Amino acid sequence: MKVSFFPGCSLEGTAREYGESIEAVCETLGIEMEEIPGWSCCGASSAHTSNEFLSVALPARNLFQAERIGHNLVTPCAACFNRLKAAEKAITGVARMDVGIPLQGNIAVLHLLEFLTQKEFSERIEKQVKRALKNLKVVSYYGCLIVRPPRITDAVHWEDPQSLDSLIAQLGGESVFWPYKTECCGGSLVLTNVDIFRRLTGRLLDMAREAEADCIVTACPLCQANLDTREEEIGATVGINYDIPIFYFTELMGLAFGLKEAGKWFRRHLVDPRPLLRERRLI
Amino acid sequence: MESVSFKGDRKFREAIVERAGEEIFACYQCSKCSAGCPVAFAMDLLPHQVIRSVLFLKKEKVLSSRTIWICASCETCTTRCPNEIDIAKLMDVLRQMQRESGMKPHEPRVPLFHAVFLNTIKRSGRIHELSMLRTYLLKSGDAREKLKTGEWKNDVKLGLKMFLRGKLKVLPARCEGVKEVRKIFARAEKGKRA
Repeated sequence: MKVSFFPGCSLEGTAREYGESIEAVCETLGIEMEEIPGWSCCGASSAHTSNEFLSVALPARNLFQAERIGHNLVTPCAACFNRLKAAEKAITGVARMDVGIPLQGNIAVLHLLEFLTQKEFSERIEKQVKRALKNLKVVSYYGCLIVRPPRITDAVHWEDPQSLDSLIAQLGGESVFWPYKTECCGGSLVLTNVDIFRRLTGRLLDMAREAEADCIVTACPLCQANLDTREEEIGATVGINYDIPIFYFTELMGLAFGLKEAGKWFRRHLVDPRPLLRERRLI
Repeated sequence: MESVSFKGDRKFREAIVERAGEEIFACYQCSKCSAGCPVAFAMDLLPHQVIRSVLFLKKEKVLSSRTIWICASCETCTTRCPNEIDIAKLMDVLRQMQRESGMKPHEPRVPLFHAVFLNTIKRSGRIHELSMLRTYLLKSGDAREKLKTGEWKNDVKLGLKMFLRGKLKVLPARCEGVKEVRKIFARAEKGKRA
């Protein structure tokens, strides 16, 4: 199976282990991901906050390239996914917005989580599980932009999404309930209003503790970075040592598949997940 | 003294309806948007109050609010509104109108961040985290502030940790699409003047 891949800017920097684990997991599953040649930034929140034309034209440029290639388009970032979908709907939907980039709307735009948890891969994933994530208690964090707003994302369950929870269960882990699956981490305010950001992300960490989870699993490079890189700082302001590892879902897939390179991904985390994984005899 | 007045700049409301949709007239102040808003605790005007203020033509009050800048664009309000008001979009439109007004924004750091972010895309086609961060810290005055308070030490510590873990890309990646991206920016800027 071949799909076009829109990596997004974070995969080249802070989310390096996300990119590495995606590559390894897709190879194991026999999925060929082809990066869109000459892809450019989707504009993220900065574009839709500042200028409507940019917010549609920047992602549309990438959609146009993908349509020329013809395969469905997959992206691992929640923000990229949301902006690509929004642009697709603005141009091909009833509004028929004209940004000088004609789109047919003839390919599907999918978030990587949605793509990999399709029924057709279920059996393949099941077969690859060599080391079940036994006794690993995981809360699934979907964040905002994979699911909201449903008229853009086409999400079926936006208040209580299930795909990540089901995947964790399939990998042999224990998917733990928590009510913050889609609460905002405040990531867009991390540089400008750090106090607000700390309070929002801190609430997530507190709730993960209350749910007695060992770790949080994410499907977005921004959510992961906001949680992982700031845990120590947030903990210091409230006098709590959180120490909750934050995984990308593809890392947990790779771990369950018994992929050797998984150790390399975990070394890149700021909150080192290896002590927990050793304790659970998973590495 | 706040008194309800229907006098005022009707063009303000008309422009908002044009850009964010006429659903705002359907608002019946159930405040579901405000109840679910994760940033409500820091707002000076709650989302349902923003809508009412727009309807009553309180242009100054809305555009000078802190709310429009600290809205995190999480889309919870838009998703849950029983009257299908796209409140997150309304916030986008208000931010754009605030910038167009030429007044000083309540939270100047936020639009500055977005400007730096967009400039990085215009220059290189993609976001290079390190160069964007450097420009933002210098322009916002945060760099000077951090030097004064000693907070720079924490930033350097975090940066070093990330560097050692291979999470900081030192040089920007080359993006072959940058010329096309610049054309898009040129068209956006032309549109703004028109």
